[in-house]
Amino acid sequence: MDWLFFIESSLAGLCTGAIYALVALGFVIIYKATKVINFAIGEIMMISAYFFLTFAGIFAWPLWLALPAAVVSGGLLGGLTEKTIIRPMLGESPISVIMVTIGLSNILVGTAQIIWGGGPQVLPGFLPRQPIFLGEIYVSSKIAFSALIAVAMLICYLLYFRFSRGGVALRATASDQAASFSMGISVPRVFNFAWIFGCMATALAGILFSASGGLSPHSGGMALAILVVVIFGGLDSILGALVGGLIIGWLETIVGAFWGGEYKMLAIFTLLTLILVIKPYGLFGTKEIERL
Amino acid sequence: MRIADAVSSYSDDEAIFRTRTQRVWMGILLACLLAFPFVVSPYLLFLGCLIGIAVISATGLNILVGLTGQISLGQGAFMGVGAYTSVWLANQFALSLAVTLPLAGLLTALVGVIVGLPSLRVKGLYLAIATMAASVILHFVFVHWESVTAGNLGLNLQHAKLFGMELDSDFKLYFVIIPLALIAVTGARNLLRTRIGRAFIAVRDRDISAEVLGVNLLRYKLLSFGLSSFYAGCAGALWAYFFKVITPESFPLEVSIFYLAAIIVGGMGTILGPILGAAFMTLVPEMLKVLTLLLEPIIANAQVHLAPMKGVVFGILIVGFLLFEPHGLAEIWRKIQRFFRLWPFKT
Amino acid sequence: MSDPILTLEGITLSFGGLRALNEVSFDMPEGGITTVIGPNGAGKTSLFNTISGFYRPQAGRVLFRGKDISRLHPPKRAKLGLARTFQNIALFRGMTVIDNIKLGAHSHLQTGLLSALVYFGRARREELELREKIESKIIDFLEIDHIRNLPVASLSYGLQKRVELARALAIGPEILLLDEPVAGMNREEKEDMARFILDLNQEWQMTILMVEHDMEMVMDISDKVVVLNFGEVIAQGKAAEVKENPEVLKAYLGSGDVADMRRRLGAENASGAG
Repeated sequence: MDWLFFIESSLAGLCTGAIYALVALGFVIIYKATKVINFAIGEIMMISAYFFLTFAGIFAWPLWLALPAAVVSGGLLGGLTEKTIIRPMLGESPISVIMVTIGLSNILVGTAQIIWGGGPQVLPGFLPRQPIFLGEIYVSSKIAFSALIAVAMLICYLLYFRFSRGGVALRATASDQAASFSMGISVPRVFNFAWIFGCMATALAGILFSASGGLSPHSGGMALAILVVVIFGGLDSILGALVGGLIIGWLETIVGAFWGGEYKMLAIFTLLTLILVIKPYGLFGTKEIERL
Repeated sequence: MRIADAVSSYSDDEAIFRTRTQRVWMGILLACLLAFPFVVSPYLLFLGCLIGIAVISATGLNILVGLTGQISLGQGAFMGVGAYTSVWLANQFALSLAVTLPLAGLLTALVGVIVGLPSLRVKGLYLAIATMAASVILHFVFVHWESVTAGNLGLNLQHAKLFGMELDSDFKLYFVIIPLALIAVTGARNLLRTRIGRAFIAVRDRDISAEVLGVNLLRYKLLSFGLSSFYAGCAGALWAYFFKVITPESFPLEVSIFYLAAIIVGGMGTILGPILGAAFMTLVPEMLKVLTLLLEPIIANAQVHLAPMKGVVFGILIVGFLLFEPHGLAEIWRKIQRFFRLWPFKT
Repeated sequence: MSDPILTLEGITLSFGGLRALNEVSFDMPEGGITTVIGPNGAGKTSLFNTISGFYRPQAGRVLFRGKDISRLHPPKRAKLGLARTFQNIALFRGMTVIDNIKLGAHSHLQTGLLSALVYFGRARREELELREKIESKIIDFLEIDHIRNLPVASLSYGLQKRVELARALAIGPEILLLDEPVAGMNREEKEDMARFILDLNQEWQMTILMVEHDMEMVMDISDKVVVLNFGEVIAQGKAAEVKENPEVLKAYLGSGDVADMRRRLGAENASGAG
């Protein structure tokens, strides 16, 4: 076995994993606050990357403006989604709520095709290209810098939710909606903020992915791996999102590097099946308590 | 206005069609279905067959999702299992459809039961993802089990016979597909009148109480998965006989989503719903195609936007129905019926 | 009244550190009405859930006609004839009244998948027989013939409780477990329900185990009363005896002794922490 290659792949995998963790965090924030499972997460990543393409490429805005603008737009798209199609589904069966987000993802893909065309596009480069060498180990700087940005955003989020008023409101809502509401927390606003914040994290991750992997209206398919991450880590666990992201990112990259791309999905979904058999609610998820 | 629908025995009260009017309309519908292939263009005949197949699969998925309340994103892959099984059997052993179809259904049912095993421990999204995992794994099998599936090249159906007759035209297949669809729907309807159907609904509405009242959750969840996949396997087999060629890309995840959308648009948990939904969702893209042809002279390159518009319309239908008519087309149909029943006294 | 039909032996049930039931033992005489009373949180519903098999106790046995059924799966217990209603109505909202009741008979029906799909032969015969039986025995008895084809969600609370009782009767109960059958009802509904319970006991010779807070009704109709407090049986016996039991009065009304209350609260906190 080629250990150097293994270490290089592992590093690349962990970098990908950091971005996965960011998306998964966005997913978990939304789930914790609103109990909604967002199947459109990949399409929100994709659309946000197109926002960035428009701002940086077509409008030729500078990076420091285009990147935040695209992230915020992604967040606003999430907020709008929550207000218009998620809120009315409150209390409906999980099947209906899942299907609403699947419907949304179809709308977003079609819209992207109509506005930006169906072909693949390249985002304006904003990440450094020189390869980085750690001793003999080669790391692609694009991926490494993406991971650094993702980690920076992750840390901001974790600090925010730990210490800010909004974060406390969010955690309170997550643990008991009715009680939070009666304590004066505006639960509908928390729902909305959760979607905005969740989708901002998703948007940044989408831009980072597309910066190294290219972009097309069908890029949203990359989010299948995210669904595995959140189930693996446990739907309502932030720790699970972080650990799950790293493990799945690493596993996927290693399998892709050593066996070939077509085994990636097989590997992560097999791992997922195993986890569901051994620990049905993921590594760190809360077991749903059933009552008569 | 119809005045009364009084019944005088329990057996009348338990009948599917309780009034004469209903029976007459049913007769007319059957006559229309029989006459259909003799009077329509080949294109409409093609659509008719397609809808028939979709009705079988949607009815099957409705048993699992609409009646038993288990989420499945595996219907497409299950159809794939049925399709590959039937084609392989037909090609290898020159078997008739009368043999390959039930075998395809049974094998798919077995696969469905295995995929359904996690449903004993997990619900909701966890189950959705577990079934999605199954469909990813099945897709991998379709691509890589080359000795049976011929990998990405796919399989051609070489021997399409039924009772010695070559199934070589849509016309002949129509008379195979539509009766099977009728049987499938009738089966589902009958099921609902018996203890099995009631147990399914009980599992959907309150699984734990159902268990305490004597319903074995393990058995009924797996039964539902098995039955639903049996329907999917038969639909897949018919699909293969209809298109004559199958590849792993014939049954992507989108197929599963299509069927979920069909039962939502049609109306989950009803018998009529999947029929209406399957027909409607099959026809919508075709109607869009006609629309773009009409718009071609007015809007330049309307054709280019056809594919994306299909996606947008598909999404809007799902979201729109869930928001504004969660009980689907079946409920709209009921409202129309109620209107005519009370007409002209209530307007 | 003869041999006990149901015997609980030393049932202990805990959730994490919390002990819901502690060494609970009592018998139910066949053909009698036994009532479990106790303050809120005393473990009454946990006891019911243990008897139906939804909870598995850490220690102790449940005996039905002398046979140990502790390891039996809930549906099997239903088939043996342990039928119950639920504290918070647990009807199947997607079904009509008649289908809800029919579901109760589930474990006694034989229809297999194939015959159900064609609805011919056994399936049809069985459905019609069941319908006859439910109509003539249960629906008539409970006076719910006017609502039989309605969806349950459209019914009033009192009627829903009655449909739940009907569903439990369709199980063909040897023991009927009623979890707060008259809670939340108005006076008229309460009287109706009490009459049904008495009729079931006296005319149908049915053994009934009941959890109830309405003391008047409990004292009126119970043959035996079991008092639970903090998961332990503090008294059992005839209604009149139990009523006078000082332990019971203390549990319900408090002893008026401040020192005692302190001691009890202390013990409670300690057990909560442990």
